[in-house]
Amino acid sequence: VSATLQAQAGEEVQRAVRAHERVLPRGGGTKPALSSPPQGTTTIDLSDLTGIVEYEREELTFTARAGTSVREISDALAENGQFLPFDPPFAQAGATIGGVVAAGASGPLRYRSGGVRDFILGVRFVDGKGRLVSGGGRVVKNAAGFDLPKLMVGSAGRLGVMLELSMKVFPAPTAWATMRVDLPTLDDALEVIGRLATVPLDLEALDLEPPGRLWLRLAGDSEAMSARLERLERLLERPGERVPDEEEATLWEAARDLAWAPEGASVVKVALVPRRIPELERELEPIRIARRYSSGGNLAWLACPRERPTEELDALLRSLDLAGVVLTGSAANPLVGAHRGGAFARRVKSALDPDGKFLEI
Amino acid sequence: VPRDELLSALAEIYPQDRILTRRPELAAYESDALTSFRATPRAVVLAESRDEVVETVRACHRLGVPFVARGSGTSLSGGSLPVEGGIVIALNRLNRILRLDPQQRIVVVEPGVINQQVTKAAAPHNLFYAPDPSSQSICSIGGNLAFNAGGAHCLKHGMTSNSILGAKVVLPDGEVVELGGESTEPVGPDWLGLFVGSEGLFGIALEITLRLVPNADATRTVLAAYESLEAAGKAAARVVAAGLLPVAIEIMDKLAIEAAEGSVKPGYPEGAEALLIVELEGDHETVDPEFETLLELLRDAGATDVVQPETAEEHSKCWEGRKSAFSSVGWLSPDYIVQDGVVPRTRLGEALAEIGRLSEERGIRVANVFHAGDGNLHPLILFKGSEEGALERAEDLAGEILQMCIRLGGSITGEHGIGMEKRKYLPDMFGETDVEVMRELWHAVDPARIANRSKMFLPEDEPSRSEAAEPDAEPSAAGVAGTAGPPTDGAAREEEPSTR
Repeated sequence: VSATLQAQAGEEVQRAVRAHERVLPRGGGTKPALSSPPQGTTTIDLSDLTGIVEYEREELTFTARAGTSVREISDALAENGQFLPFDPPFAQAGATIGGVVAAGASGPLRYRSGGVRDFILGVRFVDGKGRLVSGGGRVVKNAAGFDLPKLMVGSAGRLGVMLELSMKVFPAPTAWATMRVDLPTLDDALEVIGRLATVPLDLEALDLEPPGRLWLRLAGDSEAMSARLERLERLLERPGERVPDEEEATLWEAARDLAWAPEGASVVKVALVPRRIPELERELEPIRIARRYSSGGNLAWLACPRERPTEELDALLRSLDLAGVVLTGSAANPLVGAHRGGAFARRVKSALDPDGKFLEI
Repeated sequence: VPRDELLSALAEIYPQDRILTRRPELAAYESDALTSFRATPRAVVLAESRDEVVETVRACHRLGVPFVARGSGTSLSGGSLPVEGGIVIALNRLNRILRLDPQQRIVVVEPGVINQQVTKAAAPHNLFYAPDPSSQSICSIGGNLAFNAGGAHCLKHGMTSNSILGAKVVLPDGEVVELGGESTEPVGPDWLGLFVGSEGLFGIALEITLRLVPNADATRTVLAAYESLEAAGKAAARVVAAGLLPVAIEIMDKLAIEAAEGSVKPGYPEGAEALLIVELEGDHETVDPEFETLLELLRDAGATDVVQPETAEEHSKCWEGRKSAFSSVGWLSPDYIVQDGVVPRTRLGEALAEIGRLSEERGIRVANVFHAGDGNLHPLILFKGSEEGALERAEDLAGEILQMCIRLGGSITGEHGIGMEKRKYLPDMFGETDVEVMRELWHAVDPARIANRSKMFLPEDEPSRSEAAEPDAEPSAAGVAGTAGPPTDGAAREEEPSTR
């Protein structure tokens, strides 16, 4: 049996961590594989812990409570011509900023700008002893003390309960353009990805729908767009299909929110490099797992259908020495595959959570 | 540990000619770029392989001997200062580039590889390594990782931490673990992110995977002269607020310009009170119109002169002048303290005015040369170490500037790290619990406390900064950054004896 506690203030989170044997934080619940409590675990629901605490347009930074929805933050930024460049998924479904950090989830635009880890500046969280801890700061450059904000990225509520986050943002581009390029085989597509890795042309996103469909996104001044698209085609040595402007944003929103994944699937994010894609493809093709590669082949999204246990994928990823995390659907253990960290991870976990208040990593 | 026992343990790992124990041999390792602190190690070992480093750490752990890893010794915060009674593990011979894979945009290096060598190796593939500390021609990647080094181009590309994808590290007890990987997108808790910038307290990186970025299609640079430092600061804030995303925004004041002209002669606009350098990068189709907007904005902000370096040579001179600023200041003053506190960039004008006020009030010259785009100050506090009390007066001023950074909502260090230098200010920036938790993390990773101990945290029996404010309180936080020569007599001090 699992109880849920709706936290209204940081002190309540502190008390909850102290009072309960096992706790798991939950934000918007858009990544249920990370926020579904096992038996005997108390959920600390942070969805009432909301609000932008500080946002100075000219500073290009903000601080918000962990339960603040990504939508609210994005709206506030958009009013000032700014945006979250790491492009977090599930904003429309109610993702919170704390959940985005805990999941370490970024979207297709991370190809150019970087992921959550590259934009987080500071964090306030409750550790396993119920203490309120601050790390990092609110300024864009900071090398003081251990980098606790980065540690929280991807921590999935297993190292602390985040209460407040500070991040930097970028000015939003005024125009976008997308080109689709269809290549006959996976090898051809990977060859193009490899070539694009070293060309002097700024690509915001580069996604691969296997075997051979590439999606390329540009951003910037609308007047310069046609010239840059032409230059892109020359670099590709083949023409592409320009996506009509009115479909462009919707198309990427669908990609970001993994709309292609079958209903109820457990979607797994896998870290890799393009060089590893062929061997993964060889394993996945026969077992019919829907998938898409993002960020120039630096991450794979694998959709494990509801009827298949994620354990199967876990074993497969282990055999390939790849690490993944299950975001949607359900999973006994969301961290699948071969994870790094070893003794360092165990020691850090023991320092922040000596009594095992949080779930195991 | 008896000396013989330590030396025989080291002799099992190294040939005699790679174990330094005689005083003259050790002298070069007594200090780093923060020359006001000195400590003599018992021995220095010159490691040539990763296995040797692991074996050395294991021997140190077995014998309870503290160790300090050292790359090129360019730390400005005293990060590679030896621990009295401990050993130094010199990593500069571990300087192999192990693998360069342009298609994945990665390069795997050993810790002793020089920062600029990475970019050199990547250049034929139209790629480069983004973090560019001013010492990039001599500093090592291992040191960059340990202290999360910055540089002028962090504004767009981030700090060292944003460019490190993976590392194989040896923990302080000799256990070897892998953190991160090759992908730009990590999964699971960002253990690597915590390791980077841990100032050597968590162990030594043996093998480091770096992210490379493609060279931009076009780079446009402009120098703008202003009538006051404050005006330049405000212009910088306007550039940031305007929605342009420059790759670098730098400011130098009159003293710093004078110093640069006295040494590398970059040919900056004459008679400027302050100089703003802004660089844009990107596709030429986008950058060209953005550059026009930038020029207009700089003029609107009151620029008295706007100059564009035209040839590649002029461009590199411009950056050479900026990057050699610290060493050039030696041309103005025998000694100086350099700080690297950060303020919110919208409060730059205010911060600079306050530094000017303090400088005038104390009668101490301060040169300013800094990363304006991210609010990262670099006041160079000039003094003569041979003058009675001059160092202490300079340190007081440095301390006040750090307190100002905290007050304005910034940080005490943007890129040099806490090291020895700013240990007593850490509790002023963070709360008691925050520091306690950081200490607990340190103790959990290094229960024996042998890896670069005495950096980042004051020994627990020492007073924090607020209590140590009385004159003559030791140890001092600020230090004299080195000019080219040996440290000024009287300015150098021994590290406090360790109590553990």
